[in-house]
Amino acid sequence: MDIRKIKKLIDLIQESDVAEIEISEGEESVRISRASTVQPQQQYFAAPQPASAAPSTPSFASEAATTAAAAAATKTSNEANAVRSPMVGTFYRSPSPEAASFVEVGQQVSAGDVICIIEAMKMFNQIEADRSGTVKAILVEDGHPVEYDEPLIVIE
Amino acid sequence: MIDKIVIANRGEIALRILRSCWELGIKTVAVHSDVDRDLKHVLLADESVCIGPAPSGLSYLNVPALISAAEITDATAIHPGYGFLSENADFAERVEESGFIFIGPRPETIRMMGDKVEAIKAMKTAGVPCVPGSDGPLGNDDQTNLRLAREIGYPIIIKAAGGGGGRGMREVHSEAHLLNAIALTKSEAKSAFSNDMVYMEKFLENPRHIEFQVLADEHGNAVHLGERDCSMQRRHQKVVEEAPAPGITSEMRDRMGKVCADACIRIGYRGAGTFEFLYQDGEFYFIEMNTRIQVEHPVTERVTGVDLVAEQIRIASGMPLSVKQEDIVMRGHAIECRINAEDPRTFMPSPGLVTHYHAPGGAGIRMDSHLYSGYRVPPNYDSLIGKLIAYGNTRESAIARMRTALKEIGIEGIKTNVELQRDIMDDTHFQTGGTNIHYLEKKLGL
Repeated sequence: MDIRKIKKLIDLIQESDVAEIEISEGEESVRISRASTVQPQQQYFAAPQPASAAPSTPSFASEAATTAAAAAATKTSNEANAVRSPMVGTFYRSPSPEAASFVEVGQQVSAGDVICIIEAMKMFNQIEADRSGTVKAILVEDGHPVEYDEPLIVIE
Repeated sequence: MIDKIVIANRGEIALRILRSCWELGIKTVAVHSDVDRDLKHVLLADESVCIGPAPSGLSYLNVPALISAAEITDATAIHPGYGFLSENADFAERVEESGFIFIGPRPETIRMMGDKVEAIKAMKTAGVPCVPGSDGPLGNDDQTNLRLAREIGYPIIIKAAGGGGGRGMREVHSEAHLLNAIALTKSEAKSAFSNDMVYMEKFLENPRHIEFQVLADEHGNAVHLGERDCSMQRRHQKVVEEAPAPGITSEMRDRMGKVCADACIRIGYRGAGTFEFLYQDGEFYFIEMNTRIQVEHPVTERVTGVDLVAEQIRIASGMPLSVKQEDIVMRGHAIECRINAEDPRTFMPSPGLVTHYHAPGGAGIRMDSHLYSGYRVPPNYDSLIGKLIAYGNTRESAIARMRTALKEIGIEGIKTNVELQRDIMDDTHFQTGGTNIHYLEKKLGL
């Protein structure tokens, strides 16, 4: 699904009274919503407020929708090379709120390096890279919930 | 009222729970394994969380994953459905310890009813008639056991305390086989349930399976909603259920129903539950209690007008029951045919792509199913793909409507037991009513 098509859809929404559009093409799908007080269905969720990290709540203004839609389109191609979540929990990029992130985009990692933490039931589980390479993308925002098998960090 | 519920189950019951949540304005979280992404209720739920790979042990039975899913979605309560962890006292305890509401009885109640020996003791104390038996676990003394069996009278059955639902049982027809049977059942129980405790009961040769539905809230109210006849079984699996049970008088219903409701109060029961009895020669004998919503609950809903899943949620929200005993009347007759994805002759499971699905409809027809055209039935779980319920003012009318629905229903791409259900509806003995738990197997020549 290319970015021009998505831009066209966004324009459509802005010009009309339509509140929300979802288009699927094969395995890819994009949902675009007008800014509203009602949360549309999503596979991720507004993060509960963990005591440690300040979560970034997804915004639904149309500018953010463009970025989100663009991210969604490129996401599917990255998923093949992503380290996936082995459990349900909350994703953290650093060992504690003040500490530096385990990895940044562009960083070289070796198999076995800790790349993030997933917190579940008050226990912090260190997630290790399953291969060596360069971190190409971090697909989940700090403090956001993740489900089983969700792609987390792309290493190529 | 509870704000958000994690539906810790799959298939038709998860859809059933979702529908009640919608009706009550409760937000829904569908937790699912990775092969269940396209389940109907997952597609409909407000939020969904993939909790693990296909094997149940890593997903639907994965306690940390379930609780974690409730945490990250900020849910209030977890509904366990039936099967899976619904009667797992440890799970109920973990759920409550983690700060969520478990929609069901208290963990200690589940634990007590899960131990079949303890359950029978509790029921006897509560005045519920039980099958004559050892009244406790069997010890290791052969002479005592032989004497017990003689007193009860052959044939007897050895049952595992940790079993239930037809598992961990062995019939003994003569004294010569008793001691071996006890030893064998103990070792099977040890390996299947990690508990080798066994007990002995009189084996009833031609019983019907009649169970009573109850509801109890946390305000001291308990009611019964009449009985169901679930005698049409194959290998301890129910195939057809109906309410009310043919031949049961309102005197028997009121008497046994009251015994069950009173027992609920006595044991501090909370939520929906079912007391299972064997009925033979006019007498009821308690065998076990199921501390969850059951597959066949729709037939009771149809004849009483009470929404059992909604009541479960209300009770868990701390509200009183929405009905009093005097409001509950059984009107008409309801029959449920379980629809399984299986070969109608060999009973081998038949997973695969449902190329076309058409649900029957019309007066008195209810279809509880998660199927849709294009849905792929996975091979990893049980074969129940739907429940077809027919209601009529009389039993004959219910059967006639079920016949038309079984003619109309369309499920293509996989094999189902629809043909078997048609045979049962056409069976003259079934039409007369009151067939016992061995009838279907005899009919099928098993």
